[in-house]
Amino acid sequence: MKRSVFFGALTVAGLAAGASAAATLDEVKARGELICGSNTGLAGFGAPDASGNWQGFDVALCKALGASVLGDATKVRFVPTTGETRFTALASGEVDVLIRNSTWTLTRDTELAFDFVAVNYYDGQGFMVKRDLGVSSAKELDGATVCIQTGTTTELNLADFFKSNNMTYTPVNVADDSEAQRQYLAGACDAYTTDASGLAASRATMPDPGSHVILPEIISKEPLGPVVRHGDNNWGDVVRWTYYALLTAEEKGITAANVEEVAASSTDPEVRRLLGVEGDMGAKLGLDPDAFKRAIAAVGNYGEVFEANVGEATPIGLARGLNALWTQGGLQYAPPFR
Amino acid sequence: MSDTHAQTVRFVRDTMLPAATAPVGERGAVKWLRENLFAGPWNSALTILAIFVLYQALSSIIPWLLNSMWNAGSLSECREILAAKGDTSGACWGVIRTRWHQYMFGFYPPDLYWRPLLAFGLLFIALSPVLYYGSRQAATAIAGAATAFVLLALLGLGEGAGRLAVVGGVLLALTALAWVAPKKLVWVTALYAPVCFLLLWGGSVWSPVVALLGFGLIVAAYIWGQGVLGTVGSVGAGIVLAVLFWIYIDVPLAIALSAVVPIGLQPVASNEFGGFLLAIIIGVTAISFSLPLGILLALGRQSNLFIVKTLSVGFIEFIRGVPLITLLFTASLLLQYFLPPGTNFDIILRVIILVTFFAAAYLAEVIRGGLAALPRGQYEAADALGLDYWQAQRLIILPQALKISIPGIVSTFIGLFKDTTLVSFVGLMDPLRGVTQIVRADLDWKGIYWEPYVFVGALFFVMCYGMSQYSQYLERKLRTDHR
Amino acid sequence: MHMAMASDAPGNEFRLGMLIYDTRYRSLTIQVIVLILFGLAVAWLLNNTVQNLEAKGRTFNYGFLWQRAGYDIQQQLIPYTNDSTHFRALLVGLMNTLVVAILGCIGATIVGIIVGVLRLSKNWLVSKLMTIYVEIFRNIPLLLWILFIFVPLGELAPNPTDFRVTEEMQAAGEEPRASMILFDTVAITARGVNAPYPLLERPLGTVDVAGIPFNLSVLAFLAVVGASFYANSLIRRRARAVQEATGVRPVIWWKSLLILFAPAIVFLWALGFHLEVPELTRFNFSGGVLVQNSFIALLIALILYTGAFIAEIVRAGILAVSKGQTEAAFALGLRPNRTMSLIILPQALRVIIPPLISQFLNLTKNTSLGIAVSYLDLRGTLGGITLNQTGRELECMLLMMLIYLIISLIISSLMNIYNRSVRLKER
Repeated sequence: MKRSVFFGALTVAGLAAGASAAATLDEVKARGELICGSNTGLAGFGAPDASGNWQGFDVALCKALGASVLGDATKVRFVPTTGETRFTALASGEVDVLIRNSTWTLTRDTELAFDFVAVNYYDGQGFMVKRDLGVSSAKELDGATVCIQTGTTTELNLADFFKSNNMTYTPVNVADDSEAQRQYLAGACDAYTTDASGLAASRATMPDPGSHVILPEIISKEPLGPVVRHGDNNWGDVVRWTYYALLTAEEKGITAANVEEVAASSTDPEVRRLLGVEGDMGAKLGLDPDAFKRAIAAVGNYGEVFEANVGEATPIGLARGLNALWTQGGLQYAPPFR
Repeated sequence: MSDTHAQTVRFVRDTMLPAATAPVGERGAVKWLRENLFAGPWNSALTILAIFVLYQALSSIIPWLLNSMWNAGSLSECREILAAKGDTSGACWGVIRTRWHQYMFGFYPPDLYWRPLLAFGLLFIALSPVLYYGSRQAATAIAGAATAFVLLALLGLGEGAGRLAVVGGVLLALTALAWVAPKKLVWVTALYAPVCFLLLWGGSVWSPVVALLGFGLIVAAYIWGQGVLGTVGSVGAGIVLAVLFWIYIDVPLAIALSAVVPIGLQPVASNEFGGFLLAIIIGVTAISFSLPLGILLALGRQSNLFIVKTLSVGFIEFIRGVPLITLLFTASLLLQYFLPPGTNFDIILRVIILVTFFAAAYLAEVIRGGLAALPRGQYEAADALGLDYWQAQRLIILPQALKISIPGIVSTFIGLFKDTTLVSFVGLMDPLRGVTQIVRADLDWKGIYWEPYVFVGALFFVMCYGMSQYSQYLERKLRTDHR
Repeated sequence: MHMAMASDAPGNEFRLGMLIYDTRYRSLTIQVIVLILFGLAVAWLLNNTVQNLEAKGRTFNYGFLWQRAGYDIQQQLIPYTNDSTHFRALLVGLMNTLVVAILGCIGATIVGIIVGVLRLSKNWLVSKLMTIYVEIFRNIPLLLWILFIFVPLGELAPNPTDFRVTEEMQAAGEEPRASMILFDTVAITARGVNAPYPLLERPLGTVDVAGIPFNLSVLAFLAVVGASFYANSLIRRRARAVQEATGVRPVIWWKSLLILFAPAIVFLWALGFHLEVPELTRFNFSGGVLVQNSFIALLIALILYTGAFIAEIVRAGILAVSKGQTEAAFALGLRPNRTMSLIILPQALRVIIPPLISQFLNLTKNTSLGIAVSYLDLRGTLGGITLNQTGRELECMLLMMLIYLIISLIISSLMNIYNRSVRLKER
């Protein structure tokens, strides 16, 4: 069912195509543009640069999706969403897919009616404190003031953690990461809690990183991943397998630089299926045969994306940790392309 | 006898003494100081307090401004340079230098900046008949100033000669029109909305043109149907026709026409709009669309018809009773529930609709004040002339009521313009919070706080202060008319 | 008689066309059409909503309000923990909204009156400064002022650790980097202001009525104060009666003082009133009450912003009273301050109060901008965290709008009552 409402002269071009129950893929193809819900600005994960080009770890997945579906990584429109508007934007069809470090929870799967199609970053909630406070464990934080971003799952985890350890705390609610950092540095709170990746990124960009400690406790599981609407399984598959294509590429040593060469020379059947040289993996999803090859060529494999945006060479400086491939002791594991 | 006088009176002054200079305390600067700053102990105490406050404020701001750095490419670089110079505080304006275009235009494609600029210039030419109808000097001055501003801005952007010539040609032609036939500028006003829409969003020429035909239908129905159906009937029929046209014919016709004659501008998506461009678009669109709605609501509220009155009062009080922010959240969160399943349209458009409602409710109250201020005799005179309701409103009541309400309308607009900053809470890129958030997410400018806010605040001040001065000027001008 | 009958004749039979052309029926026709259109529009919206809810597999109910909230709120005027319900969180948020609104209205009125009068001052410097203040605040968005005031509160104030005196420092004879003010009872830190908190040793407890807690001690105290005021007014009335009868006004000031203050003091003493002074603990000052920075910033910004508007209203009100009134009062032999209180102010107030109340209305609605500094008011709890955690945007937003609407309607009905009471009574 596709209807539109017109409000006179202004609306005609302002109209986006209606969201429909089952065919996001067709709509994206018809529109010639992928609309990707992103962060309003989180360094390393998703933020526009001075010329308005979006960059970041989550953004790269959007671009890969653009390349696999439309053949062009630049045909992606990024709609910045806040913690409060993100799920509505997805539910109402304003965005096709939400890739904005959102945690996979049961409630979001069921009550909000979304599908988390993959986990592109395994995270957990941690604490950062100033070194001169002399705190070495989160269990010592009884009575502390804690900065926390509103509208996130971290808020509930924090309450649960202090409660189960029989401790009290004073919450200082903040709107976003950069504001949280400013307040923490100004001394508005003793500890800042958010996903450990965010803590590391924050610490790396602080004037004196050495004077802040990230406490060893990780108090929650935060599997972050791309989200689509319930009920459009084909579109969910497209997003899921585009992501797995990047993972498999890393496993097989395919990079943005050598993807053409590998496609031409490889004899590994799975690589050949992945790159569309043989089989019809793309067609099964409603994509072109070389869809995944284009995605890899556009942004590189998972490891390259990680290293380029948040890895140890960047100011964010995150280690792979849980996000290493399963072959290297991590949790990132792609099902077979078969 | 000639000396008698000399004998009785020793001395007679026959010339005036030159006036003595006033005592020191009664002249010049001292007098001014005494009268204006130290006229009594209470007054002197106030002065000293004021000087103290002023010193406190300026002593921290002035060095910060004096040590301004324009060249640094990042916050850390700026602080290093300042530290090397030995300054403890200083403004790092480098952030404005590298990001000014986002504060102005958001992510609007840089090579298309001439389009919003031209639309901005045309806005003033379109406004001039509204503000100074038929005044040759005023219209020409406004058009000339707008032309000069746009051309200078384009030169500053380094636009090519061809584009400069086209934009300059259009604007100069309109300036000439303002000189030759200032009343004809009304046509610019009437056509401004579709032209501006085309310039800003681009796309096919045909969509605004075809949409405009719908309004043509209303006018046509009014002209031909008035004799048969009366004013309300004909306009109502026209609106029904137009809505049918927009729903069923508009889009296919526009698509067909653009397939046959593909003329158009490069399209720009809504989410690329931001900064002051977005604030001005939301403000100007909302206020111009809310004016007719506000007039209708004000008339409805004054009406004798019980149901019409109740509905108008209900609408006005509801909108005025809730914060704008809840209306914005309604636009972003709730409209998806209220519209038919599967409908989804642009967030900017949704925000504009809700802000229009908001402004209309406030304008309705302003205009109601104007209606109430009219002497009862005006209504009675209109009745005595045998005019029907709409004729009376159109010819007698509204022109006077609107004239009285102009200052109120301008101040509503200023309030609305300031309130456009709230759209950042639904994820749009307003200049104050939206763009600044993006700038601060850049590692180069992480932690910068004052400079963007001072810059945006100063721009808002200039625009709002200008408008409020204009409204005060109007108030003075109108006051003489009424006494 | 006959003439009138004759002219009425054509109207006796009803034709369909008369619904449009006859002014007697036309208004009815229009109203019926409007009503039908309105009904259709409402039905359309409701139908859409029902369909949309169905499509999303959701129901419309407020059951979630009685589920565990799970999050914490720092500023709570009524007791609340993360085990409380969402409804309780809503109430906490509502109280936070109201406290900012009420304090803001009081503060803005005071600032507005002072600035409005000072703008008319003969002192050049002061009146210019006030003009600059008014213009700057009126022409820059409130949002910017909130952010602008919020930052230095955190950046310039010391950390709680700066108040600590370690043993090394004692040995070296150093002073701590920061110290408490007002006889060591108030600490200003980057987190807010820690102030003493009134406590009762023998409180009367609280009673929950429909989930809304009422503190009996506070209610009893208010009752005592109210009774004192009433008794005082009785005494004054008697004194006036004596004055009317005998021409001599009895001395009553000490009676008034006694009646106004003694019962309240005795009541507080009976309940064991004392102040709890904040003390530095491991991380924070504990004890007393912490007024957080987001609250202070929001309140100050609202006061200064609205105060600038009120100043203009006050100035216009004073200027609106014609000079002849002052001159007439002087001619009657009234002294300047009597002239102000008896002649000018009552007339100026009639001009000032209606726009003043609409400023109060604006201020109340503007408290929702606490979102910029994450102040947990009604929007922050019900329309923010609760909405986010439960995903029930339709229910939360509608309820929130309803609550704001009720607050606004209460304020504007107060305005109408006042307007009626000061209306010029022409005889």
